[in-house]
Amino acid sequence: MATTEERPIGFGRMRRKEDARFIRGQGRYVDDVNLPGMLHGAILRSPVAHARIVSIDTSAALAHPKVRAVITGKDLEAQNLAWMPTLSYDTQAVLATDKVRFQGQEVAFVVAEDRYSARDALELIDVEYDTLPAVVNARRALDPDAPVIRDDKEDQADNHIFDWESGDRAATDAAFAAADVVVEQDMLYPRSHPAPMETCGAVADFEKVSGKLTLWCTTQAPHAHRTVYALVAGLPEHKIRVISPDIGGGFGNKVPVYPGYVCAVVGSIVTGKPVKWMEDRSENLMSTGFARDYVMRGGIAATRDGRITAIKVDVIADHGAFNATAQPTKYPAGFFNVFTGSYDLEAAHCKVTGVYTNTAPGGVAYACSFRVTEAVYLVERMVDCLADELGIDPAALRLRNLIKPEQFPYACKTGWVYDSGDYETTLRKAMERIGYDELRREQAEKRKHGELMGIGVGFFTEAVGAGPRKHMDILGLGMNDGATLRVHPTGKAQLGISVQTQGQGHETTFAQIVAEELGIPPEDIDVVHGDTDTTPYGLGTYGSRSTPVSGAATALVARKVRDRARIIASAMLEVSADDLEWEKGRWFVKGDPDQGATIQEIAMAAHGSIELPDGVEGGLDAETVYDPPNLTFPFGAYICVVDIDPGTAEVKVRRFVAVDDCGTRINPMIIEGQVHGGLTDGIGMALMELIAFDEDGNCLGGSLMDYLIPTALECPDWETDFTVTPSPHHPIGAKGIGESATVGSPPTIVNAICDALAPYGVRHMDMPCTPARVWEAMRGNAEPPQ
Amino acid sequence: MQITMTVNGEEYTREVEPRMLLTHFLRDELGLTGTHWGCDTSNCGTCSVLMDGDPVKSCTVLAATASGHQIRTVEGLEVDGVLDPVQQGFSEMHGLQCGFCTPGMMMTARALLDENPNPTEAEIREAISGQICRCTGYATIVRSIRWAADHPAAATHTEEVAS
Ligand code: FES
Ligand code: FES
Repeated sequence: MATTEERPIGFGRMRRKEDARFIRGQGRYVDDVNLPGMLHGAILRSPVAHARIVSIDTSAALAHPKVRAVITGKDLEAQNLAWMPTLSYDTQAVLATDKVRFQGQEVAFVVAEDRYSARDALELIDVEYDTLPAVVNARRALDPDAPVIRDDKEDQADNHIFDWESGDRAATDAAFAAADVVVEQDMLYPRSHPAPMETCGAVADFEKVSGKLTLWCTTQAPHAHRTVYALVAGLPEHKIRVISPDIGGGFGNKVPVYPGYVCAVVGSIVTGKPVKWMEDRSENLMSTGFARDYVMRGGIAATRDGRITAIKVDVIADHGAFNATAQPTKYPAGFFNVFTGSYDLEAAHCKVTGVYTNTAPGGVAYACSFRVTEAVYLVERMVDCLADELGIDPAALRLRNLIKPEQFPYACKTGWVYDSGDYETTLRKAMERIGYDELRREQAEKRKHGELMGIGVGFFTEAVGAGPRKHMDILGLGMNDGATLRVHPTGKAQLGISVQTQGQGHETTFAQIVAEELGIPPEDIDVVHGDTDTTPYGLGTYGSRSTPVSGAATALVARKVRDRARIIASAMLEVSADDLEWEKGRWFVKGDPDQGATIQEIAMAAHGSIELPDGVEGGLDAETVYDPPNLTFPFGAYICVVDIDPGTAEVKVRRFVAVDDCGTRINPMIIEGQVHGGLTDGIGMALMELIAFDEDGNCLGGSLMDYLIPTALECPDWETDFTVTPSPHHPIGAKGIGESATVGSPPTIVNAICDALAPYGVRHMDMPCTPARVWEAMRGNAEPPQ
Repeated sequence: MQITMTVNGEEYTREVEPRMLLTHFLRDELGLTGTHWGCDTSNCGTCSVLMDGDPVKSCTVLAATASGHQIRTVEGLEVDGVLDPVQQGFSEMHGLQCGFCTPGMMMTARALLDENPNPTEAEIREAISGQICRCTGYATIVRSIRWAADHPAAATHTEEVAS
C-alpha cells in the first residue's frame, strides 16, 4: 500500500492498533454490554429549575407489569445515599429529597425489564412541585435578595462558593497607575457542553454472594471513581471493579461521578440483577458536566510603544447548583491563573468568585486543561483589544512581548514556572506558513470594496500534566499515575496504565513509548487500560495529563526493565554489567558489538534456568508510580482567516494554520488528529455552541437541534505544522497535546471576527458569533448572549 | 408484530413492538452493536445504516418500516475477510479517534462512493454533513474517503490492519 508506512519501533507515524476493532463495528462501548437477566433503568428529571418537592407518588409506576423497582430520594436517604460527594468537596443530590435545584435534576429512578418500559413508567410517576424563583444569571447570584439555592448546607446563607486570588494586587494596581495606556474589557466565556457522541451511562452488576460490584461505566477516571464509590456507598474498595471499556469521546464530560451511575448501582443491589442506565442526548446536555461560564472583566496595561506591563481580571464563575467541578483541591478556579499567557509582564492579578445558580452542576471541562481555556481566551482577547487601542498590528504586538527563549525556565507573575519555549520561532513559522503580510495586503484591498475579511492571531501557553502530588490532589488523591510492564518469556509485553483512552489512541502511543525505550516492536506490546482490577492506580485522563504523567510513568517503567535486562544480560554474556552498552533493542559488550543479547533473548533468559547474580530475581517485570516535578507547558501559534458576508453576517473560516509545540512527538499522525479535533471545538465555541437558559431556568440548549455542533461544512481543511521544544523535566521530553487546540482556537477565531468587523467599530464581541449576533454587533449592539 | 428483514445478507424474522426503532432492533434484537446511537433528534448520524443501498438514520426508522427491506450495517462491510476500501481508508488516514461516529460515517461514505466513485472534497463534505464527529475535525475523514476512492479494490489487508 502506498500510504502504509514502515512501522517504527518507537516514535513516528504508525496506524493505530485500536482501529482494527472500530472499523469493523467491534468496539465495545458501555451500551454494548449486555448481561444475562439485565434490567434497564431510566431517570425521572425535574421539569423546573427551582422548586420544593411536596410529594412523589410512585404507585402507578410500581404497578406497571414490567417495572421491578422505583427508587426515590427518600429511599436513598434511608441508606444514607441521597447525597454524594463531588470532586470539589461539595455535595450533590443523587435523587432529590427536599428541593430540585436545576431543570433536569434527578428525582426518581425506575428499573424495568426493557428500555421502553422503563421510560413508559416515568410517565406514571406523579410529583408535586412548589415552584420557587430561580437564580439563572451568575451576575445576580450574590444579590442580597437572591433566593438561597443551597439551603441544604448549614451555614450557607447566600449563593457564594469561593473567592480565589492569585498574583500581586498592589503591584498590579501600581503598574496600571503608571501605564501610558490601559484597556479594559468585559467578556463572557459562555456556557458550553462537551457533548461527546456517546452519552453517559453505566451497567452495574452487584453479586450478592461475593459482595462484588462490577461497574461498566463511561468514565475517564476509573480508579478515582472506584474510590468515590467506596466512599459513597460504603462498599469495600477491593470489592469494586470499575471497567471503562471503549469510550465514545469524553472531553471532560466523563470525569465526574453522575447520579445515574450511583442509581444503576443501587438498582442492581435492590433487584439482584445487572442494571443498565444510558442517558439520552437531552439528559446529557441538560444535566451532565458543562464547561466554561466565566463572566470576566479584564484589564491590560502597556507603554505607548506597546510593551505590556500588567494584566488583571475579575471573574464570576458559574458552578451551577452543585459545585461538581473537577479541579485540584487547592485550585478552585483550576489553572486559570496562567492568564498571564505567553508574555513577559511586570505584574498580574486575578480574582475568581464562584457562585451557585439554578443550572446544571459542574463547570468541569470540555477539553479545558483546568480553565486554561478561559485564561488564554482572556489574555488573547485583551492583547488584541490593546493592539486596536495602540494601532499596532496584533502579530507585531505579540512578537514584541513574548517571553524569550533565554528566559526559560520562566517564573510567571502568578507563580507558575514555564518549563521551556521558543515562542518567537513558532509565531514566525505560523506567519510564514499562512502568508501573513500578503493576507494583510489582501485585506486592505478588500476593505476598499466593503468586503469583510478578518485575520486572527493567537498565541497560547498551556499548563498541563497535573500534577506534583505536594500541590495537587483531587479529593485528597495525589495526581500521580502508575505503570506496570510485564515482559513475557518470548519477549512480548503487556503494559498496564492507569489512564484511559476516549479516542486519543493510547493503545498505540503508549506501546510506542515502550518500543522506543526497549526496542520491542509496538505490535508486540499490549496496552491494558480502563479496568481497575488489571491496571495500576492513577487519576485518569483529562487535562491533557496522559502523556505528561502516564507517558512518563511508561518510559520510566520501561527503563526499569532495561536496567534489569542489563543485569541478566551480564549473566548471559558473562561480563560485568558496567561493560555493557545499550542500543535500541539489545545490550552488547562495549568494544565488541557482535557480543550481545536482544531484549527478547534476555526475556527468555530472565524466565529460564540461567544462574542469576546474588539478589537478582527472575523475570523482567517492573512497576512504577510517577510524581511529576512540575507541569508541562505546551504552546502554539495559531492564525486564521475569516470572511463575513455583509448581507447575512455569516462567518466562514477560510483558512486556519496551527503551529503547535508539544515537545517530543510520539506519533505525529495522532498529534495532528488531536489538533484537528480541538480546532473544530474552537469553531463550535466561537461560532455556534451555547447552553443558554431563559429567566425561569429552562435550558435552551437541550438537544442537538438547539445545541449546534460543527459539521464538515463549517470546518476548513486544517493546516498544521510544528516546532519541537522538549520539556526538560519529562523523561521523554513530551508535553501533551490533547487540549492545545481547544485552548488556542476560540480566541484566534474571535480575534479574526473582530478584525473583520473593525470597520464597524467593533473591538469585542462575545461568543458564539452566530449570524444573528454578528448582525447585531455590526449595528452597534454587541450584547453578551446570556 | 412480526417483521422480516435482510441484514447483511441474512434474513431475520422477529416479534417486535410496533414502536421499536430500527437502531434498537439491530442492537438489542440482533446483537449488531456496531450501529450506534447518539441523539434524540435525528441530528448526529451515528446510527446511519444502508436501507436498500441508501443511507438512513436508523433511529428515525421503525423496525416495522424496515420490514421487507435490505439493511446493511458496519458489520456487513467486510466481506470474506476482505475489508471494504472505506474501512481501510479510515485506518490509513486516521479517520477515527473514539470510533463512535465511525460506523455511521463509513456507511454514508460507502453509499456516496457507490453513487459517485470519484467525489470532490466538497462533495464528500456535503455527503457527510448529516454526520457529527466530535473528535476528528473531519479533515482526516475526508482524506479517508478520498483514499477509498483512490483504492477502489484495496488489497486484502486484513491481517496488517488487525495487528
Ligand atoms: S442517533 Fe442521532 S441521528 Fe440517529
Ligand atoms: S471519532 Fe469520535 S466522534 Fe468521530
